[in-house]
Amino acid sequence: MIRFDNVSKVYARGAKPALDDVSVEIERGDFVFLVGSSGSGKSTFLKLILREERPTTGDVFVAGRHLNRLSSWRVPQLRREIGAVFQDFRLLPNKTVYQNVAFALQVIGKKRHVINSSVPEILELVGLAGKEKRLPHELSGGEQQRVAIARAFVNHPPILLCDEPTGNLDPGTSVGIMRLLDRINRTGTTVLMATHDDEIVDQMRKRVIELRGGQMVRDQDRGVYGMERV
Amino acid sequence: MRLRFILSEVMQGLRRNATMALSVVLVTFVSLTFVGAAALFQMQLGQLRESWYGKVEVSIFLCPDNARSKQCAAGPVTDDQQAQIRDVLEHGPVSGLVKKLYFETKEEAYANYKKTDSQGIAGLLTPDQMQPSFRVKLNDPQQFQVVADAVAGLPGVEVVQDQREIFSQLFTFLNAATLVAAALAGVMLLAAGLLITTTIRLSALSRRRETTIMRMVGSSRTLIQAPFMMEGAVAATLGAVLAVGALYASVRYVVGGWLSSAISWVPYIGEADVVAVAPYLIGIAVALAAAASVITLGKYTRA
Repeated sequence: MIRFDNVSKVYARGAKPALDDVSVEIERGDFVFLVGSSGSGKSTFLKLILREERPTTGDVFVAGRHLNRLSSWRVPQLRREIGAVFQDFRLLPNKTVYQNVAFALQVIGKKRHVINSSVPEILELVGLAGKEKRLPHELSGGEQQRVAIARAFVNHPPILLCDEPTGNLDPGTSVGIMRLLDRINRTGTTVLMATHDDEIVDQMRKRVIELRGGQMVRDQDRGVYGMERV
Repeated sequence: MRLRFILSEVMQGLRRNATMALSVVLVTFVSLTFVGAAALFQMQLGQLRESWYGKVEVSIFLCPDNARSKQCAAGPVTDDQQAQIRDVLEHGPVSGLVKKLYFETKEEAYANYKKTDSQGIAGLLTPDQMQPSFRVKLNDPQQFQVVADAVAGLPGVEVVQDQREIFSQLFTFLNAATLVAAALAGVMLLAAGLLITTTIRLSALSRRRETTIMRMVGSSRTLIQAPFMMEGAVAATLGAVLAVGALYASVRYVVGGWLSSAISWVPYIGEADVVAVAPYLIGIAVALAAAASVITLGKYTRA
């Protein structure tokens, strides 16, 4: 589903590479944690998958596409196959829960009847049925993140990228979000989650890829957050 | 669905940036009014030129009694000389250029002068003091010099006068006035362009949240950019429409209603000319908005 072949990314000439010769493959249906401290290259890793950045050297393949050769007008097609969730939710404050989720479908040209049936269905899945008409500021952090997940997943993309989705949430709420992501993963969706949250990683016992200084220092099935804790 | 989405985004954007949108409308309105006025003024000048030059004549003044100029040192024009001049104009090489030729005697000149005289000067003159002349209408008024050269040296001719000279200075002045208006219009258009650029940029920045999400969920660049482009285009077109309206009203009521009755001997432009200019004005507005979009949007809504 996602494959990096000897990928390096250098932002400024002569600077230390943000990613240094990373090769990794993530299969369809995998649940993968991407861990590492700030500046370890996690964000660059995600940006390369979304084709927000291009690799300096090496090849990136996502959902059957060779991103190095993907022309920019095809990038929107790529992004429709990747759902993205962020630490800061990125909801539209003046739109209701329903409108926030529907917006994602409107702007990719989905028909009204498709929207009318998919949005309630996904809100049901993320546990927000009955809160369609709330505005984001009327919701708790966990609920806002559920709206963001609903928006990312309403189109049923084969890949879901999560960048610190529990970063702003308390541990109890985080567990609920992780259950939801796990449920989404069980539908066959590949989930890649960048995180700092060691408790979650340790609890979930999923595959862990660790970056340090741009290099991949660990790729472990059923791993935990830090090597020293094993 | 998409069209509805774009339109609702455009309306929202215009509402949110109402003051900026209004300033775009006003600046394009004023600048395009200038552009249109300059164009209409040129059209008016063209009409004047055509009508006046059609009426003007070349006057070949013949030597009168008591002439003092060198050409008339031999005394007043004789019948032979007069016949010779007529022959040159009617049968010479320049005869093809002559549309109409008639002779104005001293008495006719006196009578014509008396008609236009309002200060009683005619009473001080006698027909004998007037000058006989040939009046020549040309097929093409621009060919004046050729005709003038053919008769200027002939015995009995005192001076050849082109009435166009009287107008040419006026036209030079009016042309200069048009140029000033056009230059002003250019500066205003530049201001309008910059203002549209700023408006689009502000609009794009204020909706960055939306465009980021649109990019993220994979909406096409066209759909992301179209609302901003259309915002600029709608505002600019509105300005152009106002400009056309203002020009139409001023031609209809000022030129058609007042000027044409106040000074009736001049042919005027009409509403049809405004209609002819209108598409160009709207075209300029749309082009301006498009250029501003292209400059701005690449930077603020990249894919």
